[in-house]
Amino acid sequence: MLFSVLHPHRERLWHFHGGVHLPDEKHLSNAGPSVAAPLPAQLVVPLQQHIGAPSQPLVSVGDRVLRGQPLARPQGYVSAPVHAPSSGTVAAIEPRQIPHPSGLSAPCVVIDTDGEDAWAELPPPLPDFEQLDPADLRERIRQSGIVGMGGASFPSSVKLNPGPDQPIHTLVINGAECEPYITCDDLLMRERAADIVDGIRVMLHILGAERCLVGIEDNKPEAIAAMREAAQQLSGQGGGQAGRQAGRAQQIRVVEIPTLYPSGGEKQLIKILTGKEVPSHGIPAQIGIVCQNVGTACAVADAVLRGRPLIERYVTVTGRAVSEPRNYRVRIGMPAADLVAASGGCTGDLEKLVVGGPMMGFRIDTDAVPITKAANCILALTPAESPDPGAPQPCIRCGRCAEVCPANLLPQQLYWHARAKDLDKVQDYNLFDCIECGCCAVVCPSHIPLVQYYRYAKTESWAREREKRAAEHARERHAAKEARLERLEREKKAKLRKKKAAVAPKGGKDDDKQAAIKAARERAAAKKQAAQGESATAAGKPAPGRAEPAPGRTEPAPGRAEPAPGRAEPAPGRAEPPPGAAEPAAAGPAAAKGKVAAPDGKPPGAPEDAQIASRAAEQQGAQGAVPKPVPDDARRAVDEAAAAGADTSPGRPEQPFVRGTDQPPDQAAAQASGQTDQQTAQQPSGAGTDEERPRATAGRG
Amino acid sequence: MQARTGFVSSPHAARVNSVDWVMLQVCLALVPGTLALVWFFGWGVLIQMALAVVFAVAAEAAVLKLRGRPVLPAIRDYSAVVTALLFALTIPPTLPWWLTLLGILFAIVIVKQLYGGIGYNPFNPAMAGYVFLLISYPVATTTWLPPAVPELLQAQDLTTLSFLDSVRLIFTGVLPAEHTWDAVSAATPLDEMRTKLDQGMTIDEIRASSPLWGDFGGRGWEWVANWFLLGGLYMLWRKVITWHIPVAFLGGLLITAGAFWLLDPQTHPFPAFHLFSGAAILGAFFIATDPVSAATTKRGQLIYGFAIGAMVFVIRTWGGYPDAVAFSVLLLNIAAPMIDHYTQPRVFGQKRSAKAG
Repeated sequence: MLFSVLHPHRERLWHFHGGVHLPDEKHLSNAGPSVAAPLPAQLVVPLQQHIGAPSQPLVSVGDRVLRGQPLARPQGYVSAPVHAPSSGTVAAIEPRQIPHPSGLSAPCVVIDTDGEDAWAELPPPLPDFEQLDPADLRERIRQSGIVGMGGASFPSSVKLNPGPDQPIHTLVINGAECEPYITCDDLLMRERAADIVDGIRVMLHILGAERCLVGIEDNKPEAIAAMREAAQQLSGQGGGQAGRQAGRAQQIRVVEIPTLYPSGGEKQLIKILTGKEVPSHGIPAQIGIVCQNVGTACAVADAVLRGRPLIERYVTVTGRAVSEPRNYRVRIGMPAADLVAASGGCTGDLEKLVVGGPMMGFRIDTDAVPITKAANCILALTPAESPDPGAPQPCIRCGRCAEVCPANLLPQQLYWHARAKDLDKVQDYNLFDCIECGCCAVVCPSHIPLVQYYRYAKTESWAREREKRAAEHARERHAAKEARLERLEREKKAKLRKKKAAVAPKGGKDDDKQAAIKAARERAAAKKQAAQGESATAAGKPAPGRAEPAPGRTEPAPGRAEPAPGRAEPAPGRAEPPPGAAEPAAAGPAAAKGKVAAPDGKPPGAPEDAQIASRAAEQQGAQGAVPKPVPDDARRAVDEAAAAGADTSPGRPEQPFVRGTDQPPDQAAAQASGQTDQQTAQQPSGAGTDEERPRATAGRG
Repeated sequence: MQARTGFVSSPHAARVNSVDWVMLQVCLALVPGTLALVWFFGWGVLIQMALAVVFAVAAEAAVLKLRGRPVLPAIRDYSAVVTALLFALTIPPTLPWWLTLLGILFAIVIVKQLYGGIGYNPFNPAMAGYVFLLISYPVATTTWLPPAVPELLQAQDLTTLSFLDSVRLIFTGVLPAEHTWDAVSAATPLDEMRTKLDQGMTIDEIRASSPLWGDFGGRGWEWVANWFLLGGLYMLWRKVITWHIPVAFLGGLLITAGAFWLLDPQTHPFPAFHLFSGAAILGAFFIATDPVSAATTKRGQLIYGFAIGAMVFVIRTWGGYPDAVAFSVLLLNIAAPMIDHYTQPRVFGQKRSAKAG
C-alpha cells in the first residue's frame, strides 16, 4: 500500500532472494537489426528437439520435401513434430552430433536444400481464433511443432493445457533475457512486437486467462517501448471487435523489471511480477499461472495466424571471438559452423564455444552441430571473457553462495554433501530445488565448480532412484511368480485328480494304457527335472525353450536386477495384455509338432495313444501323458511340446484361471508389476537426459 | 573448427571474487586501526605484526610441505597473513618474541593445519592462539602499555618506549635501565574497571578517580576502536562481510550491558563503555566475521553474533578475565554448526524453512 502511495504510476514488483549483477555484454550484438541467415547447403534437423518422446520420421531418404512440410510426427502426448525448414531432398536420416552437453549424437533428417525455398501447402490461417475452441488451437500449436523457446523446449501445447482443475488467471510472458550476451529476445521484441502481442492474445484465449504480464529487464528500453506500443495499438484498433480487443489489450501489461540475473528464470520472473512462489517441485499452473517465452508467443502467432510451423528462430551469435556479433533469423537445422562463418568466423583467440549464455549454456567441442528450436545463442568466448578459474581452493564457508542463491538454498552445505556423495543429505538440503543458474559458482571466492557438483549429485540421485525402482520391481515380479507357480501346481493337481476320476470308472482294458501314461509322465517329469537343473546353472543364458524358470534366478539382486522385459523369464505383466498373442506362440508350435510328428512315426496300433499324449502335452505342459510304445522322434516331439508348454504356460494360463475364479489378487499383482515394468522402461526417456531436466523447470532468460 | 578445451561446466563467465582478494581487503581494512594502535602504543605493535606474519607464513609453508600439499597457492591466499595480523593486534606490543612464535605455531599448526588447513578449522586460529597464550602465560599476555596520551602519562608518571627499546624488550626481555616495569606498563581500562568494581567502588567514583577515562571507554583505547570501526565499515562497503554478525555482536553486547546498567548504573558501566573498550569493535568486525569458523546462514549469523556479544558482557562482568572476545568467539565457534542446522532458510517455493535431518 505504501508503495502505491509513493509510486502511483509504477507497477508493484516483488523480489526473489539473491541474484547477481553481471556485466551484461548485450551491446556486442544488439546494435543492428537482425539479419536473415543465408540458406545453408545442408540442413540437419534433429528428430527430437523437445522434452518428451522423440518424434517419428514421416519421410525417407531421397524424398523431396517442401518448406514447412512435416518431417516427423509426434509420438505421445508430450512430444512435438519437426518440419522441413526449407525445400530440398532428404539426403539421410541418421545420427548426427547435436548440441548437447555430452556431445551426443541423435537421429536427424538431413536435407540437401535446393535453394528454391518452396513452401509446402500450409494449414489455413485462423484469424478469427477467438471464436475457435481452445482444443483446436492447441492442436494447431502442437502440429506446428512449437516448443518453449527460452531454452527448456517443453512442448507448448502441453503447457497451454493445464487441465480444467487448474484455472489460469495470469499468463506471464518472459522477455527478461537475463543471461549476459544474449539479445535474440531483445531483437525479436523490437522487430516483431505486434506478432508477439498476437501470440499473447491467442494464448490468453486458449488459457481463458484474465491478464498477461510481460516482464522485460530494464536494460532493453527499445524492446520495452516496442512492446508497449504494440499493446497500445491493439487497444487503439477500430472495427467490430474494438471493445473486446481493447479489453484484451488492457489485460496485456508490459512490465519493466530491474536487471538482475536470474530474473528470467520462470519461477523468479513469476515471483517478481506477481509475488507468488511456484511450489517447490511444482509447476506454475498450480498457482494459476502459465509462463511462456516471447519467442514462443511469436511462434504461436505464426502458427495460428499464418499457418506456419516453427522452422525459424532468432539466434544471437556473439562473444569477442567472433568478428561480427549480431542476431540472425535462422532456419532450424542450420549448422552452427555456417552461422559462425556468416558472422565473419572466429578469431584465433577462441577459448570455447557455448550454446546458450555464459551462465547456463553448455560448451560444445565443435560447431558442426545444428541450430535447434531451443538454441538461442552461439557464444564464442575469448580466454579473457571466460578465464580458467584454476584449481578450486577449499571452501572458506563465506556464505556468498547462499547470499546470491535465487532458490534460497545453502549451496555450500550442498557442496559438502555432494562431495561426500551423501545423496540423502543433499536431498535433505533441497538439492532438487536448485535451478543450476550458476550464481553460486560465479561468486565463489574459492572458484569451486559448484554447479558441476550439483549436477553430479542429481545424476547420481536419479540413478539411485532408478535402481531402487528396478529392485522394487524385481521383488514384485518375484513375489508374483512365486504365487503363480504355487497356483499352477494346485491347478495341475486338481486337473489330474479330475482326469483320474474321469478315467477310473472305465477300468479293465484301459489299465495298461494307464500304466503307459503313468510311466511316460514319470519320464517327462525326470526330463523336466534335468532341464530345470540345467537352466538353473546356465542362468545368464536366455534359453527360450527352458523348461521352468529356476526360481533362484529371479532373486532380486538389488542394484543389478533390471527390468528387461525381453528376457527369457516371462514377465507376467508383459505377457499378459495380449493373451491371444501369447497363446498361439505357446500352444501353436507344440500342437503343430505333436500333430505332425505323431501320425508320421506312429507304430501300428498306437495312433490314439500318441494323439492323447500330444493333446495332454498341449494342455498340461510337462505333465503331458506319453504312451509307452512311442518311437523316438514322436517322443521327442512330445517332449518338445511339453517343454514349450511348460515354458510359455506362465504367460498363458492367466486368462482361464482368473476367469475360473479363485485368484484375482494374483492378476492384480501381475498387472501391477506390468505397470511398474512399463514405467521403468519409460523412465529414462521421461526423465529426459540429466541435462535437460533441470532446464525444464528452470527455463532461461 | 575446434575450440580449445576450456573447463567444461557452466557457468562460463569470469569469477567475480577470490579468496586472496577477500583476504587482502581484510588486511587493508586493518590499516586505520593498526595506525591508531601504533600511535598510542608504539612501535611494538608493528614489530609484533612483522614477527607474526613471518612466523605464520613459515609455519604454514612447513606444514603444507609436510602434508605434501602444494605450498604456493595456499600461501598466496593470504589467510595465514590475516591470522597473523589479527593475532598480533590482540597481544601486548611488548610480548617476548618466543611467546609470539608459540602463539602463532599453536594457531597455524594445531588449530588450522592439523584440522585440514584453510576452510576446515572449527576454531578461529588467531583467537585460539591468543587464548592459548592467555591461559599459559597470563602475566605476559595481560601486561599492556599505557596509551600515549600526554595528560595520562604525566598524571601517572608513565613513559613510552622508543623503537629500539621496543626491539630490545621484545627480543631480549630487558628493559632500558632508566625504566621500570611500573613505569612502562598500565592496566587496561577493562582491568581497571573490573578491579575497582571488585573493590566496591561505584562507577562515579571510579570515573573520578583516574585520568584514564575518556568519553566512553579509556583514553586512547576508544580512538583505536573508532579506527577499527572505520576499517569494518570499509569491509561492509566492499561486501567482504555482511552486517549481520557485527551488528548482532554489538547489539548483543549493548542490550545485555544496557539491561544491567539500567538495573544499577552504579555497579555496571554505561553500555558504550563496553563497546569502545577492549576488543569489542575489532572482534565484531574482524574476528567474529571469520567465515570459516562462524555461522553461515543469515539468521544463524544473527544468533551467533548476538550470543558472542552477550557472552562478552557476561565474562567481562562475572568471569575470570577482564576481556572476553576471544573466549566468546571460540565458544560460539563450537556452536556454529548447530546454529546453522537450525536456522536454514525457507527454500523458494516451500512453505516452511527446511530442517535437514
